[in-house]
Amino acid sequence: MQALLAQLLVGLINGSFYALLSLGLAVIFGMLNIINFAHGAVYMMGAFCAYFLLNVMGIGYWPALIVAPIAVGIFGMILERTMIQWLAGLDHLYGLLLTFGLALIIQGVFQNYFGSSGLPYAIPPELQGGMNLGFMFLPIYRGWVVVCSLVVCFATWYLIERTSLGANLRAATENPTLVRAFGINVPRMITLTYGLGVGLAALAGVLSAPINQVRPQMGADLIIVVFAVVVIGGMGSIMGSIITGFALGVVEGLTKYFYPEASNTVVFVLMVLVLLVKPSGLTGRTT
Amino acid sequence: MTSITDQAVPAPGRRSIRDEMIVFAVMTAVLLVVPLTGVYPYFVMQGLCFALLACAFNLLIGYGGLLSFGHAMFLGTAGYITAHALKVWGLAPELGIVIGTLGAAALGVVTGLVAIRRQGIYFAMITLALSQLLYFVYLQTPFTHGEDGIQGIPQGKLFGLIDLSEPVTLYYVILAGFLFGFLVIYRAINSPFGEVLKAIRENEPRAISLGYKTDHFKLMAFILSATLAGFAGSLKVFVAQNASLTDVHWTMSGEIVLMTLVGGLGTVFGPVVGAFVIIAMQQYLAGFGQWVTVIQGVIFVTCVLTFRRGVVGEIAHYFKRSL
Repeated sequence: MQALLAQLLVGLINGSFYALLSLGLAVIFGMLNIINFAHGAVYMMGAFCAYFLLNVMGIGYWPALIVAPIAVGIFGMILERTMIQWLAGLDHLYGLLLTFGLALIIQGVFQNYFGSSGLPYAIPPELQGGMNLGFMFLPIYRGWVVVCSLVVCFATWYLIERTSLGANLRAATENPTLVRAFGINVPRMITLTYGLGVGLAALAGVLSAPINQVRPQMGADLIIVVFAVVVIGGMGSIMGSIITGFALGVVEGLTKYFYPEASNTVVFVLMVLVLLVKPSGLTGRTT
Repeated sequence: MTSITDQAVPAPGRRSIRDEMIVFAVMTAVLLVVPLTGVYPYFVMQGLCFALLACAFNLLIGYGGLLSFGHAMFLGTAGYITAHALKVWGLAPELGIVIGTLGAAALGVVTGLVAIRRQGIYFAMITLALSQLLYFVYLQTPFTHGEDGIQGIPQGKLFGLIDLSEPVTLYYVILAGFLFGFLVIYRAINSPFGEVLKAIRENEPRAISLGYKTDHFKLMAFILSATLAGFAGSLKVFVAQNASLTDVHWTMSGEIVLMTLVGGLGTVFGPVVGAFVIIAMQQYLAGFGQWVTVIQGVIFVTCVLTFRRGVVGEIAHYFKRSL
């Protein structure tokens, strides 16, 4: 029972990362029609950014939670303005290929400077230790990750689905020319959206830094699982990608308890099953 | 919407077929004399295997408009099967190649049935996820020996006669395999089947309304591409004498895409040129260590932003021919 609950918690934490990453992908996909292959790389940059802020500038975890996503988000906006922008109107596949190339560059550069081994990042003192819930022992930091991710996901959902800014954003995805005619600067909105998506990934990176070691490859394999999550969820709605992200993390955790050999592959197997039954994904629009 | 290949391919005509014949003759002649020139044969053999692999990949993207980001799984699967057949079962080389290729074909049927249910970027993500699924399977199953891979594979005698441990002999066998695969692809894209594929790439709803079962055609193209990619993987076992996880990992799939992109998506000879460019780069830039990844990334970005036709595509465009 203890082990099962522990695996469930691990599943929820992984689910938090899946949700944050697939949410960012969905936001970017909605505006730019690009599957951001560099998402794993910017997640990794978020973690490294936190590491730097602490070890070089002496800036701790709490400010890093804000500073790192903004810094990486600005980096993302520069990428969008200098490169991704030029692919508008071309086949979506070019966006995938371009961001794949960017991911190789970013990862390669970090690997050259930091090698493949991990760097430790300490859990902030306020979140150390754990709580005895009676039925299980809950490390506080892990609980915090789940709560923080839930709050950020909900805030993003609220921003896009319930505010006038979000309404503009959604209108611009439907018909950019018309929205421009209303005097809204659509290219700037696209840039900001890319920055937001990238910032969400970087935030996930900061959150994961104390749990996982900070290393250049940390995003590379994770991103493919997130792609599978996206295929299962279908990118149809913001809420869809959040729920799918958390749900799949939990499923993975359960598999780790009942049949550990399959824990690496269960998400992919689920993807196959979902595709056979409902090719557009669980919450997806048909493309 | 600009399609991913319409920069490269002008309408085929009698003249372009003549051009392709000439280029094919030149390519074959050059490859035939390579062992006499003293160029490191291992390098050229490896290049030939990747060239065939890239051509098989290009059949899908260039003519069917389907970007597979998981083609390494066919390369790796066929490689593992052939390696196992030769080393553990002690089968003859020709049987090993046949079994490996059939294995990749079977995998192509299964993965194709799943993947062609979605299009565009989703297709790319699904193929990528499927290949990563296989990567984890191969990491855990005992017959692949996990991280170590299958090492020291005997090359044996082809048909009991031709000694494959002789480098020059092996070179010509690999060359024959490459030319065979290349001609199969060339035949396929210039057949009615290839014409239907191009029609699907240009406008799928129209192809459907003309009465074509487009899923059927896409699946056939996927299986053919998987089979030939597997064939390349089986041949590669004789060159490298090992089969390892590197060949199944998704970075390999990325390299296949890069080769085709550099050479020219949707051109007949582009993937061959691209494969040799990338292999040569890895060979001669090996001293830069990890920076090779960065250089590959830069090439990727440059190609996508400024050089979308690729080497052969640019040449073909300049002379207004199809190559």
